[in-house]
Amino acid sequence: MSKARVKVPKKAKKGEIITIKTLVKHKMQRATKDKKTGEPIPRNIIHTFEAAFNGKTFLKGNWDTGVSANPYCAFTLRVQESGEYTFTWKDDKGETYTANAKIEVA
Amino acid sequence: MSKVRIDIVDRREFLVIGGAAAATLAALSSGALAKADPADAEALLNELTKGAKPTEGKVKLEMPEIAENGATVPLKVTVDSPMTEQDYCKSVTIIATKNPVAHICNFEFTPDSGKAWVSNRIRMAKTQEVWALAQMSDGSFRIGKTTVKVTIGGCGG
Amino acid sequence: MGGLAGKGMLAVFGAGALALAATGWMAAGTPEAQAKSKYEVDGKKSGYLYSTPETQAMQDDDFMNQGMLWVERGQKLWSQVEGAAGKSCQSCHGDVEKMRGAYTTYPKYDPKTKKLINIEQRINRCRTEQMKAKAWKWESDELLSMTTLIGYVSRDLPMNVKIDGPAKPFFEKGKAFYYQRRGQLDMACKHCHIDNPGKFIRADLLSEGRAGGAFPLYRLKWQKLGSMHRRFRGCNRQVRSEPYKAGSDEYVNVELYIKWRSNGLPVEVPAVRR
Repeated sequence: MSKARVKVPKKAKKGEIITIKTLVKHKMQRATKDKKTGEPIPRNIIHTFEAAFNGKTFLKGNWDTGVSANPYCAFTLRVQESGEYTFTWKDDKGETYTANAKIEVA
Repeated sequence: MSKVRIDIVDRREFLVIGGAAAATLAALSSGALAKADPADAEALLNELTKGAKPTEGKVKLEMPEIAENGATVPLKVTVDSPMTEQDYCKSVTIIATKNPVAHICNFEFTPDSGKAWVSNRIRMAKTQEVWALAQMSDGSFRIGKTTVKVTIGGCGG
Repeated sequence: MGGLAGKGMLAVFGAGALALAATGWMAAGTPEAQAKSKYEVDGKKSGYLYSTPETQAMQDDDFMNQGMLWVERGQKLWSQVEGAAGKSCQSCHGDVEKMRGAYTTYPKYDPKTKKLINIEQRINRCRTEQMKAKAWKWESDELLSMTTLIGYVSRDLPMNVKIDGPAKPFFEKGKAFYYQRRGQLDMACKHCHIDNPGKFIRADLLSEGRAGGAFPLYRLKWQKLGSMHRRFRGCNRQVRSEPYKAGSDEYVNVELYIKWRSNGLPVEVPAVRR
């Protein structure tokens, strides 16, 4: 939770299309060499992003090195019921970052 | 110390300094890039569409005309689609025509998405055309294109 | 706008006091919007008004502003106990919101060292003296996060540094630094930011350099947050001069001068700039 920020509406009407904004702290390191030592620096980027609602993935991102550092991503969801979102980011080092949020649908 | 010396630099000297410095900068920035081949973008496009020719239109790719810095360029893409189970946009792939890696990112939508819309920020190595390739649920492809000028800043660059 | 890059090419390095291309292209929306903007006070304009609408949008929305990731880290660090004294920032200061206003007054004269002290140095002094913890390195994620948090809780307050009394000689040194030509290009800070704001230096629109309320800021070029001193080092390098160390007396003095030039402008930490 510490590395990600998400913004979702807390309440919505059934069938409403809501906008979700997400940010995650990540260097999105391209494979390169250290400027001073010449040591290779391996690629370490978030390659997969998933947004799920009540356990069902509704958006998936497959990212490459062309995505800027500290990735921002906004998208929409049509909500039909109350529930919980889960957002997951996975990087090349095998780290997974997650964030959750709840919404009440009237 | 509040008095300042302002010299009018001789034009020739000015050009020499400017030119040399600009060349150094150019060398530095290009050194950081592997290769940038528009053919890669074409190849990627063909691979994704399996040779089918995407239709232009119904894909709106919004990016600044001039990016303040190529490292973080905001992008919004919207595909005109009802997003129903029967008819929706399955995915959008953002392709750079002159980046070292043509594939920037891809988003897979579902009808639950409500809209085939996404906004993020991308890296651009230089001034170039960016493509947004949309795959629709009926298997057809659509494409939207835009050109972004990536400026070489005076002090930002 | 097509010819900008080309036209500006040579302008940049000879730019000292001359040869800058056309004036402001976009300067942020309509003139009306600008006049109403909180980022213009008494004729002083924040760099915000020299940014493109896209960059402004990134700053305006806390969920699009990547700098907020550092604010969050700072909030965690605020209550984190560290050091031999077994304290956190919170142990002495309470909630971080109580620090509202502090940011606007730094750098200030420090009787103990008989020179100026800025926010970063103040944070580290708390760490070494009160917490008995190790000082954070300059530009470390921790020091940036805490500095950003301290700025963030003062958001929208006007900058208000003092330059009289014991701070005066340091202010004068900072001003002298600002007006001192340096480097292979023989340029002073003032050549860009006092003589030529609103003009292009190559493809960049020069601001007034009134960045007192902006740092640490998220710079698109850096793709991360950075301190004012990091920016100084960049500026100094651009004119091909040897940069000073971040946290050096020279930079803290010029920081006071720049913050004084920004007095009255609101704190916008974490700002977003190109």
